[in-house]
Amino acid sequence: MLLARFGAAFCVAASFVAPAFAQSQIDNPECIAPANPGGGFDLTCRIAQTGLDPHVDAPVQVTFMPGGIGAVAYNLFNTSRTDDGSAIVAFSTGSLLNIVTGKYGEFTEKDVRWVGTAGADFGAVVVRADSEYKDLSHLMSDFSADPASVVVGAGGSVGSQDWMKGALLLREAGASPVDMRYVAFDGGGDAIAALLGGSIEVYMGDVGEMVPHVESGQMRLLAVLSPERLDAPFAEIPTAIEQGFDVEWTILRGFYMGGDVSDSDYQKWVDAFNAAYATDAFAQVQKEKGLLPLNLAGDELQTSIEKRVQNLRDIATEAGLIN
Amino acid sequence: MEAVLNGLATGFGVALDPLNLFLVLAGCFGGTLIGALPGLGPINGVAILLPIAYGLGFGPESALILLAGIYYGAEYGGRISSILLNVPGDAGAVMTTLDGNPMARAGAAGRALSLSAVASFVGGTFAVILLSLFAPPLASFAVTFSPADYVALMVFAFASLASLVGKSAVKTLLGATIGLMLATVGIDANTGVARYTFGIPDILAGIDFLIVVVGLFGMAELLTLVEHQVSGKLKSLPVDKSFVRLVDLARCKWTIARASVIGFFIGILPGTGASVASAVAYGTEKRISDSEKTFGTGDVRGLAAPEAANNAAAGGAMVPMLTLGIPGSGTTAILLGALLMFNIQPGPMMFTQRPEVAWGLIASMYIGNIALLVINLPLVGLFARMLTIPQHYLTPLIAILAFIGIYTIVGNPFDLLLITGLGVFGWFLRKLDFSLAPVILGFVLGGLFEDNLRRALSISGGDWAILIENYKSITLYILALLVVMIPIWLARRARRIHGGVPAEED
Repeated sequence: MLLARFGAAFCVAASFVAPAFAQSQIDNPECIAPANPGGGFDLTCRIAQTGLDPHVDAPVQVTFMPGGIGAVAYNLFNTSRTDDGSAIVAFSTGSLLNIVTGKYGEFTEKDVRWVGTAGADFGAVVVRADSEYKDLSHLMSDFSADPASVVVGAGGSVGSQDWMKGALLLREAGASPVDMRYVAFDGGGDAIAALLGGSIEVYMGDVGEMVPHVESGQMRLLAVLSPERLDAPFAEIPTAIEQGFDVEWTILRGFYMGGDVSDSDYQKWVDAFNAAYATDAFAQVQKEKGLLPLNLAGDELQTSIEKRVQNLRDIATEAGLIN
Repeated sequence: MEAVLNGLATGFGVALDPLNLFLVLAGCFGGTLIGALPGLGPINGVAILLPIAYGLGFGPESALILLAGIYYGAEYGGRISSILLNVPGDAGAVMTTLDGNPMARAGAAGRALSLSAVASFVGGTFAVILLSLFAPPLASFAVTFSPADYVALMVFAFASLASLVGKSAVKTLLGATIGLMLATVGIDANTGVARYTFGIPDILAGIDFLIVVVGLFGMAELLTLVEHQVSGKLKSLPVDKSFVRLVDLARCKWTIARASVIGFFIGILPGTGASVASAVAYGTEKRISDSEKTFGTGDVRGLAAPEAANNAAAGGAMVPMLTLGIPGSGTTAILLGALLMFNIQPGPMMFTQRPEVAWGLIASMYIGNIALLVINLPLVGLFARMLTIPQHYLTPLIAILAFIGIYTIVGNPFDLLLITGLGVFGWFLRKLDFSLAPVILGFVLGGLFEDNLRRALSISGGDWAILIENYKSITLYILALLVVMIPIWLARRARRIHGGVPAEED
């Protein structure tokens, strides 16, 4: 046993000499996280990596393609890798919002093939454990009295989905999203650091990324922006709707492929996703990564995306992001 | 204190397990090679090997020890190509070229390599000791750094670098401005508006730091080599058997100590990493000790400072990751992801819930540092021989390595065009007698400066007073002022004492 592990370790040592890089053979499944490592897209690809492992004959390799909150990858898969049948690219509701607001350039949701989902995540309203805000209504009354009195921060720019969560809350409180005192950080990690350090008062985060922090007791979740209460460790946290505020933010996480991928290559991935959805192991992986089951693949996802994009278009128009 | 000792005992128990010991050695060795390749740095090394480590079925502590070994090894290895080829192996090794390469050219490559290995060792070990003793309070302090404080830190960094290299102040300023301009390319992090992208999606995210480094330094160096080869100016270097001497170490002991402290504290701060740490350490050291104006021409202190700092920063970046679950650098963000893959929640709970992982990792850093010194010193002679490779083999080799390294980051062919373009641009700048270091520093610090200034002003609602309302900011502004004033004052005093030039107030 020990010998085998040493042998394996030797293989690692050997692989240092020839660094692995992106390949495009069919038998080299690849999940592209269109961001730097450590964020939500990374998490999405990790779910494909572990969750699909029993259903794909080779291990899914995760690669990173940072750039323009996914714009670089979206453009690459619409220009040069349009028929790459071995690669899937992670997306989230944030990517759909970017498509809607034109941040991904000329390409629309109709230009790629949506393959499958990794699950769903939900928005979360987070404050420091010693914050004066004990529940959402306190925060909301401050929002309606003077929106600029509360410093809100998140990991995305103005107009991003992180900003949207705050904008929807302000709108519900009867204020204009434009008046939000919003601080944009470079990713959730920096924003959480700023929350703990007291630079910002409210952090518009996601439920999934709060899993490591929930037990530590340094932060308090005022509300989850899900349609219904979530399972443990979030079972105690009320939804915004429960507290009387009609704000919901579902983050769909999933994967797309280039628009010219052959039907047979596309179907291979769809089958792998459907096979995985049927197992408990996949549900377990989703749970470990802080996602809730929202399993859609193939045509089902294609239809769902079209509906979601339309919905986002309506919200973005209302929030003044597009005309 | 007792808890720390108990923890370390647990940790060493884990780290000295034969398999883990082997993994830390393998990681360190592999990391050194990865770091030595231009373009491939710790972040790529760890990202590429994470799935492999996971796939091999090691326990979480073993996998993490392997990955941390690679991280450390790469920070060590980055210096090799900086010194020998004037091409930084990774982002943290840019400043190492300034004095390291002149030393190699003067026939002291072995001395430069071994001295920098010792400096790296001291910096790294210093960081691990502070990490094991004071990690939780340090992390709590680091997160209280507000955007306004970061602005002050950047002002301090600019101040300490103001004297940096270059014969002409105007050219230095122009260089820094070019760096600042390059940093504005891409989607603006605050408003999401694309700036200077001209509809090219590949630069929507801005230009990657590594691409600027490899392009401006690596490719420009390459073009210069080719030019010298064509014009026959190239002289081959003799076999170099020099080694670090005690007198060198004695000369830079305080440099290493100061640089380790600077590197560690900048490393702890989320968002600033080895590149900022080594730049600030170099700048400060130049300000403090460069009385003979030998920095930039192969001064051992100018080599020791950035190397001690970037390794100390690598250790510092672990602090917020282990104690708060917040990554302090890109590489620690991947290590954080690795922990999550193994279902371990980083943060305050990790030391109580999974002490074998937390302390095993810390103990492996002690071992890794020693291992790296032991691995690196005997290899110095071998590495130094790289310089005796005939240039017509070496030049294409560097080109291949740089292209592979850059392509590996994201697999986007556009980046290859970008480094080529930047290389030609850098070559012209060199022809015009510009120093490239201010360009790089303007690029790194400028982005951080702008983002944090705008964050600070968003927080205050546009009130500039926020920049000076905190003791941390004010302390940093005072330090910035001192770092500018002290050398002037020292020079005046020296003149007065030696009576060479009459003091002005007389």
